[in-house]
Amino acid sequence: MSVQAFLSEISHTDPTALGRKDFQTDQEIRWCPGCGDYAILAQVHKTLPELGIPRENFVFVSGIGCSSRFPYYTNTFGMHSIHGRAPTIATGVKVLRPDLSVWVVTGDGDALSIGGNHFIHAMRRNVDLKILMFNNRIYGLTKGQYSPTSEQGKKTKSSPLGSVDYPFNPISLALSAEATFVARGIDVDAKGLGAVLERAAKHKGTAFVEIYQNCNIFNDGAFDYLTDRKLKAEAELRLEHGKPLRFGLNGEKGIALDAQMNPMVVDVAAHGEDKLLVHNEENAALGFFLSRLVAPEFPTPVGVFRSVTKPTFDGMMEAQLEQARSKSKGGGVQRLLDAGETWTVE
Amino acid sequence: MENSTAKSTTTFESVAIRFAGDSGDGMQLTGTQFTETTALAGNDLATFPDYPAEIRAPAGSLAGVSGFQIHFSSREVHTPGDEPDVLVAMNPAALRANIADLRHGGILIANTEQFGVKNLERAGYTSNPLEDGSLSNYRVFPVDITNITLRAIADVGLNQRAAVRTKNFFALGLVYWLFSRELTHTEQWIQGSMAAKDPLAAEANLKALRAGWNFGDTTEMFAQRYEVPKARITPGRYKNITGNEATALGFLAAAELSGLDLFLGSYPITPASDILHSLSKQKHLGVRTFQAEDEIAAIGATIGAAYAGGLALTTTSGPGIALKSEAMNLVMMLELPLVICDVQRGGPSTGLPTKTEQSDLLQVLFGRNGESPIPVIAASSPGDCFYTAIEAARIAVTHMTPVVMLTDGYLANGAEPWKIPNMAEMPRIPVKFHTDPATFKAYARDEFLARPWAIPGTPGLEHRVGGLEKANITGNVSYDPNNHDAMCRLRAEKVARIARTLPPCEVYGDAEGDVLVVGWGGTLGALRAGTERAREAGHRVGHLHLRHLNPLPDDLGDVLRRYRKVLVCELNLGQLWFLLRARYLVDAVSINKVQGKPFKEAEIARAIIEHAGSKA
Ligand code: SF4
Repeated sequence: MSVQAFLSEISHTDPTALGRKDFQTDQEIRWCPGCGDYAILAQVHKTLPELGIPRENFVFVSGIGCSSRFPYYTNTFGMHSIHGRAPTIATGVKVLRPDLSVWVVTGDGDALSIGGNHFIHAMRRNVDLKILMFNNRIYGLTKGQYSPTSEQGKKTKSSPLGSVDYPFNPISLALSAEATFVARGIDVDAKGLGAVLERAAKHKGTAFVEIYQNCNIFNDGAFDYLTDRKLKAEAELRLEHGKPLRFGLNGEKGIALDAQMNPMVVDVAAHGEDKLLVHNEENAALGFFLSRLVAPEFPTPVGVFRSVTKPTFDGMMEAQLEQARSKSKGGGVQRLLDAGETWTVE
Repeated sequence: MENSTAKSTTTFESVAIRFAGDSGDGMQLTGTQFTETTALAGNDLATFPDYPAEIRAPAGSLAGVSGFQIHFSSREVHTPGDEPDVLVAMNPAALRANIADLRHGGILIANTEQFGVKNLERAGYTSNPLEDGSLSNYRVFPVDITNITLRAIADVGLNQRAAVRTKNFFALGLVYWLFSRELTHTEQWIQGSMAAKDPLAAEANLKALRAGWNFGDTTEMFAQRYEVPKARITPGRYKNITGNEATALGFLAAAELSGLDLFLGSYPITPASDILHSLSKQKHLGVRTFQAEDEIAAIGATIGAAYAGGLALTTTSGPGIALKSEAMNLVMMLELPLVICDVQRGGPSTGLPTKTEQSDLLQVLFGRNGESPIPVIAASSPGDCFYTAIEAARIAVTHMTPVVMLTDGYLANGAEPWKIPNMAEMPRIPVKFHTDPATFKAYARDEFLARPWAIPGTPGLEHRVGGLEKANITGNVSYDPNNHDAMCRLRAEKVARIARTLPPCEVYGDAEGDVLVVGWGGTLGALRAGTERAREAGHRVGHLHLRHLNPLPDDLGDVLRRYRKVLVCELNLGQLWFLLRARYLVDAVSINKVQGKPFKEAEIARAIIEHAGSKA
């Protein structure tokens, strides 16, 4: 029986009746108390019922790592797969079943180390997947080795003298890999994260969301420079499409270009608001430029770096199938068997 | 061409011809044309294309030699033939690479134009073998193929390069004449397919073909012709088919028989890529093909498709299996239907990519961490790949398990005449997606111990699966030691139980006696022919060719004990042999080689006779 025939015989549940409780499971949550993962889970559970999608049409695929336990705690179809390969499995699900809403939950080690290849290729193809990467800049599940996003010099069990690895910039990587939606959220920033998740969910194409996540056991305070109540206003740059890049308690600071086209922090009053850069989610170069604003020299951009639409991989494959079917002469496999040079033995 | 001069004609039962030349000489095309014409003439036949390992080996070098062998007969043909009776050598390298195989007394046709000093040197000759007497064991026919062809097509007006390229059709025409074949089929092909692409080249090739035929007919060099009468073949409609084509068609048929949508995730690899090429053309049948970024992604996407309710297939060769093994283990744990088709090639590592071998058996059986039972079946001839593919798909969806289908480079590229199956007569493959939330338990089991297939989109069946150990029935994560022990045994039993659905062993030849020849996969032809020869020599020999390698047939142990000696013949260093000894405590003997080449009929016959004769 084909999936299409099967689906035509069942009726979907009513998505408008869903609430966050419908997405919780009875499984005991095994993250460490205080882990940033809890806040992200709560935000996702809050976002899903608002999308107008029947619960049975969600699929969550994860790899390996602390973040990858996510599917066990989310009452949808889910697969806790193998290290780094979640984007490949999710791609297969989406290609066969464009009717489903397919999500990948991954971490910095899972997505950028062992799964780096799949990560970039999923985005290059613009498969309609939502990829949530929990970035805690450490290996948590294996108990505290440096990760591909750990800062250089980080002392861990596997780098007692400090890591000599240069880290990846995940947003730059995603943009270079041509992701059509790229955003950053923070575990403790419920409102900002919720907004980003909702836009990612509604985006048609690969949506990549980097979520800063505190691992209070092995890398506690990694994002304090950004999330500390006192530092926040100065350290965070909220991205808003069409708005000048301003930050500070009262928006008194901004980002402008110097004569060499390098970014500089300016005093808005002195420099003039009209000379500030204006965010444009459709400008690829600007998106990349913003991804290079790194603390402590610059405030950390949070929100949507890039959002553009272009045909998706799954959509284009569907279109090719449709076109081929419409030209088909019928006759199924027997026609292929009978084709070509044949002869008859009496 | 109907009026041939009166030259005498000798009749043979079987003939093997090998066309050999530089990779640019069109030997594969020549061989294919000869094969089609021979099939139309009513012979049984088997072919063996031998491609150069390097894509751009220098012209005239040994590394660049391409060959095509066809064995045709008025009897049943099992193999492409041990030693060709005729060798067509288009240059010195082709001669040097192939002459050792030519039967003593066999016919050698050599293109003299190519035997200049430079080419002789390139092939490693210090003197011209056509002149130095070193070929005195053969009947040598030196023909200036290039120049006669050029004269024959001079008026067509092709440039020199293109004109020289028609010489393979001259050679083909000459061999057609020699074996009393009609030109009609090739003429039609040239005037049809070739003319549509390049009318000028078609005109020249047609002239070259006829010139070759006429040359044979008029020159005094060839005093006689040969013929091989029609074979007795089961009535029906036939076509030539390679193993890779049959594999692709088999999975298409499995999709139609099950109603499932076929999904192929693959990464290009020799010698499996042609399956990807074939299936990529079948979008009109709803086939989705996904060329992944690597072998792991290829099976990863396939797992996604299996999970989502498709007929999931990934194709590869040995090195790809090594990369896929972690994902194969995941599917085994997920208990989802998925077929991994391994077109084996010479290993280890990159090994001999274009050569054949059967050395992935233990890898697919045991090459994963933990206790990881996966059914394995193997195709035994190019046409059998079709039925093996359907069988693999049937086991996968009926028993909810990954299945490995083994073929090899020899089957993949080799062709045989194949009776075209009738889809209407083939049994359906029943598939049921679970729907009832009230009875749903992700790891509940049916009489085969198969779990339900619960696909996304089904209301009320939301559940989680993964690579961590599951609690029996519920499928929830479990670290309980007794549960793990029980689950490992359950998964093993699930695969073992497939044996209940299999037919008993079918032994060819003597049902008991001196020697049982046991083989699997692409060696069927050579083992059958070797067995026939040994039986003709008066020995009591049976031949058992295994299709199911995991689980093995239930009655295999009994069959093995009915013979004084068991010979396990494989193109590896004794992998099935190792298994049978361990499993059945039989003192089996391993007959093996790993030369990248199929067994010869004679070497199998020799081994059987040797062991049948030595009374224990
Ligand atoms: S180790 Fe770190 S990331 Fe993992 S669950 Fe504990 S706090 Fe969270």
